[in-house]
Amino acid sequence: MSNSNFTRRGLLRTGAATGAGIALPTIFTSSAHAITNEPTGDTVTLGFNVPQTGPYADEGLDELRAQELAVEHLNGIGDGGMLNTFSSQVLDGTGILGKKVAFVTGDTQTKSDAARASAKSMIEKDGVTMINGGSSSGVAVAVQGLCQEAGIIFMAGLTHSNDTTGKDRKANGFRHFFNGYMSGAALGPVLKGAYGEERAAYHLTADYTWGWTQQESIQASTEAIGWKTINNVLTPVGAGDFSAYLNQVANSGADVLILNHYGGDMINSLTQAVQQFDLRNKQANGKNFEIIVPLYSELMAAGAGDNIKGVYGSMNWNWQLSDEGTAAFVKSFGEKFGKPPSNSAHTCYVQTILYADAVTRAGSFAPCAVAEALEGFEFDGLGNGPTLYRAEDHQCFKDVLVMKGADNPTSEYDTLEIVEVTPVEQVTYAPDHPMFGGAEASLGSCNNGV
Amino acid sequence: MKLFGLSAKDTRFLIIVILLTMFTPVLLQPFPEGSGLATFNAGYPDLMQRIAIFGIFAIGFNILFGLTGYLSFGHAAFLGIGSYSVVWMYKLLDYNVIWGLPLAVVISGLFALVIGYISLRRSGIYFSILTLAFAQMAYNLAYSVLTPITNGETGLQVYTSDAQVLLGANEPDSPHFFGIVMRENFWQPNIGGWEFTFNNGYYFIAIIAILVFYLSLRIFRSPFGLMLKAIKTNQTRLNYTGINTRPYTLAAFVISGMYAGLAGGLMAAMDPLAGAERMQWTASGEVVLMVILGGAGTLMGPVLGAGFIKYLENIFSKINDTVLHGWFAALPDGLENFIIGISHFFVGKSWHLTSGLLFMLVVIFLPGGLVEGGKRISALFKKKPPADKDAEHHPKEAPHVAE
Repeated sequence: MSNSNFTRRGLLRTGAATGAGIALPTIFTSSAHAITNEPTGDTVTLGFNVPQTGPYADEGLDELRAQELAVEHLNGIGDGGMLNTFSSQVLDGTGILGKKVAFVTGDTQTKSDAARASAKSMIEKDGVTMINGGSSSGVAVAVQGLCQEAGIIFMAGLTHSNDTTGKDRKANGFRHFFNGYMSGAALGPVLKGAYGEERAAYHLTADYTWGWTQQESIQASTEAIGWKTINNVLTPVGAGDFSAYLNQVANSGADVLILNHYGGDMINSLTQAVQQFDLRNKQANGKNFEIIVPLYSELMAAGAGDNIKGVYGSMNWNWQLSDEGTAAFVKSFGEKFGKPPSNSAHTCYVQTILYADAVTRAGSFAPCAVAEALEGFEFDGLGNGPTLYRAEDHQCFKDVLVMKGADNPTSEYDTLEIVEVTPVEQVTYAPDHPMFGGAEASLGSCNNGV
Repeated sequence: MKLFGLSAKDTRFLIIVILLTMFTPVLLQPFPEGSGLATFNAGYPDLMQRIAIFGIFAIGFNILFGLTGYLSFGHAAFLGIGSYSVVWMYKLLDYNVIWGLPLAVVISGLFALVIGYISLRRSGIYFSILTLAFAQMAYNLAYSVLTPITNGETGLQVYTSDAQVLLGANEPDSPHFFGIVMRENFWQPNIGGWEFTFNNGYYFIAIIAILVFYLSLRIFRSPFGLMLKAIKTNQTRLNYTGINTRPYTLAAFVISGMYAGLAGGLMAAMDPLAGAERMQWTASGEVVLMVILGGAGTLMGPVLGAGFIKYLENIFSKINDTVLHGWFAALPDGLENFIIGISHFFVGKSWHLTSGLLFMLVVIFLPGGLVEGGKRISALFKKKPPADKDAEHHPKEAPHVAE
């Protein structure tokens, strides 16, 4: 040994490290929480995990506004919004179970990996009891799985894939938003009335869980009214330029183009279809060429501008509805942010309120108690009319709006008009419907965590 | 002291690395819970795991890029391959990571052999482009072509309907190592307001990270490592002296690919999901940034770079306007809004801008990365004492003849 001085120190250090290493596992002092992140202080923290960058960023930022508003209303700041019109009146503006509501935000980047990292940091670092958000079904499915494992509640935001409450349904996850099947069921009869039974459809579909299930649903419902399906082309999410795909459409023998796209992708594909390829002024099979966008949103409509005139689609909710819940929400959102809320903002607001209400009715933050309070819960006054949270798959059942791009909009906010409010009976399906994972799909058992 | 065939200096270095790794849960938690600065704490399991995993990824990448100078833009492909291997083992066998991790290393090594064999026929920018092309191919295959294997954009997950033939009755239903569940914490003390989380998964990765760090240390110091450095310095001269450099570069490529596969496997070991995004070219670019930011060709640099970038990504991206208002509430309204308006561009969704600026600063002023910065600072402290030691009582040193 050439350096005895260092050896001694080194030995001491290694000795100390080894000692600590041996001692660590024996000191089990973890205070036994009954549930993950049980709020012990005078605040409860909720996590709002939305895309702040990427193709769905506009939706995400509007969701954040609504979530912020919901927290204000829960804490008794502002005019209370839909708390006043909600059929369940247990929330009194003193937070949740007397605890002030705080929130943390995260960026999903519309990527499953990033969304899960962000959600994990909310659960592990910030101690949230519930995560709300996710403007993309891929993300929603991924985060829902994480919340199930970690033992907290996931209140899905904007996710329209059948899988979220279909084959990927989870006992700790809940969805207020409607889904691809409901869009198809609502649009079918309206399309039949508008364009007849002799049509040939060409699908461009975003290549992920939402695109696949929506395309499947729309194809089923258009074929039910006698339409043919010429082709279905999958396009990558965030492709930006769709001309290579649209090139094929005009001479394919189709006379209807169905764009199963959302957000920035839908704005680009529709704009290119209308302006670059001038599809809406074309004739095919002796009929006017038509375009359909099955899932609409105000933000997309504003982005696509004049190109959406006369284009049919569907929505979960719209600020132009006339019920008192909608009016109250639009008023308080408008006063705070100077514009009407989007339907993704609405669903996130409602989900936050529904969670707070369920906790209060259950008298506990334990996910299993909250889930029990939400299962089979019937409510009204939150903008969609009478609504049921179905126990079998944790999906909300309510009326669906069929929309059309307005011909003469008066402002940038009424670019869409309501064509029909499709009654809930028409869009209801069995919990073991083949498009929703069939008989195999199961919620599993609820998880309270550690 | 010499241990495991290392020189005294390297042994000391390794011991420091071991101590840093073991005490990460304490070191990353410098602020007490509830204080305004608690936002900057990073000692929660997910981030610590991520830093260690990307540290492994960067250490491996450094064996290729730091030693041979071959810049691969496709290493994220191996990361993804590692993750998919591990999740498939969950689906087929059970949640014990012992099956998946070796498989992840082997399979990514095989892929690296094929991709490296083809790409290494060229050097410089052509090599980078070839690896980028392969990685994009792998990404697109995973994203939309091989969806039965990868489940596309949704990501590969374990379902209750999966086979899991080895699953025992009382086995945990999340990744574990012979019963040690990765996501569980074995100790969560609260010492005087400071909360520390000691997580099973983090220590599992930490032990592996120390092993592979030791391996990379040995590679750096070996004749093989010397040959790789020679390739970086002047490959043409080596070729003229009759040495075939291809086997050496290929070996370095495969080793770094296996490191990446291990890192990918560990990602799935912490969180049982494999998404195609982790194979995208941005993920490949990220590891390049980590290595350059920390210091390419140094042993410690890549780990520092990985920690730095993951910290920014996870901590800065969560600072939103509400948090900012909380910090600056004491200031007058106008000033408060002004400061928040400015900082708005550097935190929250704009954290990329902060990381981009810091990257530029490091590359311009510290070409050797953070490690060079550390050296410069320690040099400052080392030089001063002799100069200060009662200077006037000593004769001035004679100027050097060349001056």
